[in-house]
Parts: sequence; structure tokens; C-alpha cells
Amino acid sequence: MLASGRTVSSRLLRPTAWLPLRLSSERTAASFPQKELIKKHEQDEPRPLYMDFQATTPMDPRVLDAMLPYQVNYYGNPHSRTHAYGWESESAMETARKQVADLIGADPREIIFTSGATESNNMAIKGVARFYKAKKRHVITTQTEHKCVLDSCRILESEGFDVTYLPVQNSGLLDLELLEASIRTDTSLVSVMTVNNEIGVKQPIKEIGQICRSKGVFFHTDAAQAVGKIPISISDWKIDLMSISGHKIYGPKGVGALYVRRRPRVRLEPIQNGGGQERGLRSGTVPTPLAVGLGAACSIAQEEMEYDHQRVSMLANRLVQKVMSEIPDVIMNGDPEQRYPGCINLSFAYVEGESLLMALKDVALSSGSACTSASLEPSYVLRAIGADEDLAHSSIRFGIGRFTTEEEVDYTAEKCIEQVHRLREMSPLWEMSQEGIDLKSINWTQH
Amino acid sequence: MAAAARSQVMSLYRTMLRESAKFPSYNYRNYALRRVRDAFKANRNVEDPKAVERLMEEGWQTLALIQRQGESETSQQTSLN
Repeated sequence: MLASGRTVSSRLLRPTAWLPLRLSSERTAASFPQKELIKKHEQDEPRPLYMDFQATTPMDPRVLDAMLPYQVNYYGNPHSRTHAYGWESESAMETARKQVADLIGADPREIIFTSGATESNNMAIKGVARFYKAKKRHVITTQTEHKCVLDSCRILESEGFDVTYLPVQNSGLLDLELLEASIRTDTSLVSVMTVNNEIGVKQPIKEIGQICRSKGVFFHTDAAQAVGKIPISISDWKIDLMSISGHKIYGPKGVGALYVRRRPRVRLEPIQNGGGQERGLRSGTVPTPLAVGLGAACSIAQEEMEYDHQRVSMLANRLVQKVMSEIPDVIMNGDPEQRYPGCINLSFAYVEGESLLMALKDVALSSGSACTSASLEPSYVLRAIGADEDLAHSSIRFGIGRFTTEEEVDYTAEKCIEQVHRLREMSPLWEMSQEGIDLKSINWTQH
Repeated sequence: MAAAARSQVMSLYRTMLRESAKFPSYNYRNYALRRVRDAFKANRNVEDPKAVERLMEEGWQTLALIQRQGESETSQQTSLN
């Protein structure tokens, strides 16, 4: 028996005892010049420029400032009714709820906090469909929706529902007459996203809301990319359910909200059961710091919306003008007018998208949404808007946001132009097209 | 009244720019500098003393926020391990 009650077996169970551990306790704050380190780190291996604002956004310092007290000092559970820790957390949560509601023109009682837009979409689609399943077995959505909407609809199909996936036009916009014709007497829900995360197209939500209201069908919209960036009014647009995401509007990751209309009441079958929090629709302790962060992000977005929109439009024009004036055969995917300017999807003919991304390694970009970029298939959104197979493979999405600078945009444009020229020099397809050969007329044979 | 406060406004402006320049992160630093400049420029012709008072108060609070956040960014561990 060794001293201090440790047995031989417990020594053997600590294999890390011989590994060189990081002795972080030796370094004190004074001996660790952080600012110099960050600057040095940036000089040695500069981190890429961030141009992927549709995937996620950095937190605004004002949001972090609002959240910190609730991470450190005011850590009570907002559902604790009996003491000050609970009361102060609850008060912060309710303030945040009001901030989210004000941004979209809703009543605070209509906002449910969730873990993100994916959960909100799941709740809305599965919840509404299942609640009304006795009489209504039909759901309508579009082919360009986010994967979580399409996957939820697929699950509904396996439960016996009928789902119509409406095609979109080449501009990415939904045909309103087709929508109206597709609504049946047993349709319970129509789900159309406000701003597409891959091509930036803005759907005619007001008209869609009007159609749905006139036919007595609930209208859900995934507004994750639109909230805080364009003005939204749930009453003007006749929206019954709306999904909101925290980390797309410079808020924290891991939180979102679902707007559920109370007048006329929308009923949902909850997917998360438990203690009855959030009107019984989403049980579970509301994470106060995250909710406060979401509220702060929404309130900041409301103040800064016009300033940000002007700036993002200016930067987007700058990028597109520069790129398109220097390189021929570049196509912007999606309607040029009905769009959110900060999401630009360009297809560079005769250049492979992945190789261009790798060539632009010091700019953080994406080709298609983050959820689908792991697979080698071209994006289903580009396929839905009728993009040619080869152009779909050559597309890059540029995201511009609140913190993007003119220098970053100029650098990205120049790098892009340079690399596209270089890749095209190496491309036999480019050579052939320069010689005037029509690539579509070629009969590719097997060897 | 506005003339007397002008030196205070300018002093706040300079202090805010000085503190904003201390953000270690390139994006936050540029955003803070730009936003402070644009906010002061947009409000340059405000005459009503109550409005000026309110804006100055917002300015002081934002300055405190910039100082807090600049500090906290500096004191974060940055190595990924």
C-alpha cells in the first residue's frame, strides 16, 4: 500500500503521468504578452480572410459584452421561481425575447427559444404537420430549401404525408401561380425560405403569405439568412411561423428562435417534451447567456440594418464589378435584383470550383452550403435553378458581412482574377473554346 | 452651449478612436474605427442639447464597452491545444 491511499493499480491507470504535459501554470498573465503573440501569429501564418458569412458570422463584440455577465455571475436557471438567481435570469431572458420580437414585429409571447434554426425548422414542419394530420395530409415546400427542411419533409413522407417539392425558375424565384395551383384542400403547411443561403435569392414572401392566408394554409419561412439583414414584418407578410438563427446575425452559436403566431393560433405538436418550458412547445432550460446574446444580436441588427445594408451592397458591387470586368465567362447564379447583396454565387466557366478554392487558400470561401460541401456532388440548389452540370461544379460563394473591409474585398477580387487566369491557361477546355469549338457539340468517347 | 460641449465631443471622439485602435483582431479593429467615425459624422449637425446629451452618454458607454472587449480579447489564450 503506497502513501496517500494510492494503490499500485491506480498508478498504472494513469498512463498520462509520463507524457510531456503542457505546464501552463508556469506562465502568468504578466509573462505572456498576448497582444504581441496574436500579432506575431498573424505575421507568421496569417489566418485567411473571412469571406464566408453565410456559413457563420463572428460574434459582434457588443453581443459578447452583453453575454459575459450571464456566463460568469448571473448564472441562475431562469425557470427557478424561488430566488433572486432565477428572477434575474428570467428577467434577462424576457428582455432578450422582447428584443427578438421587436426585430420582426411580433409579440414577445410568440417567440420560442430553440437551439438554432435547424431545430426551429424541425419543430415547425413536423410539429404543424403532425398536429393537423387528422384532416390535412399535404405539405408544400421548394427544391431550394435548406437540408433540414427537406429532410424533415422526407421524414413526414415516411409517416404517410404527401409532400410537394416545388421547382423554382432559373432565377431561383418561386412561380406564384404554380404555388397557388399546388395548394389542395388538405394542405396544412407551405414552407419557403426568405433568403437562400447558397445563391442569396430573396423569395416574394409577401405575395406567398397573401396566397397562403387566402387559402387558409399555414405559412412557414426559414428566415435564418434574412433576419436582421432585411426589414421583416410578420404581420405585413402574413407569416405564421419563422425560424431564426443566432450565429447568422453576429450572435452566439447554439441558439435560435421560432416565431409561432398566436392570432390566429398556430398549434404544433412539440418534438421535445419535458417540463413545459416555452409554452410547452420546447421543453428544456433556456440557456440564459445564449438567449441574451441572441437578443443583443437582434437589437444591434435592428439599429445597424440600414448602415450594414448600404455597406454590404457597396462592397458586393465592388467585388462583382471588379471580377466580372476582368474575367470573361463568369455567371452570377440567382436573380440579379431579388437578392440579398451579401451572398454572391459566381460560376467561372472552364475552371473547376474545388481547384479555385484551393488556389484561393488565403481567403475563406465555400462552394455551396457548409452542410453539403463535404460531398462531391454539385449543390442541389444550383441544379434546381437549372445551372449546367459543369457550371455547377465551378461555382464559388462569396459572403460579405458587417466586418468585411474594402481591402479584403479588393484582395479577394484580385486573387480570384489572377487564379482564374492561371487555371484557365492550364485548361484544355478553355483552349478549345478560345479556338471557337462549341464544347456541347463534342462527342466524348471512352478509351 | 453646443460650442462649449464641442471640445468634450472631440475629446470623446479621439479617445474612442484611440481605444478602438487597440483591438488585436483586424476585423474588429477596423469595424470599431469605421463605425465610430461614421457615427460621429452622421450626428455632426445635431443641435438639440438633450439629444447631444443622450448621444454623448451612448458614446461613453460604447467607449467602456470597447475598453472591456479590447482587454478581454487581449487576455484570452490564443493557442489552439
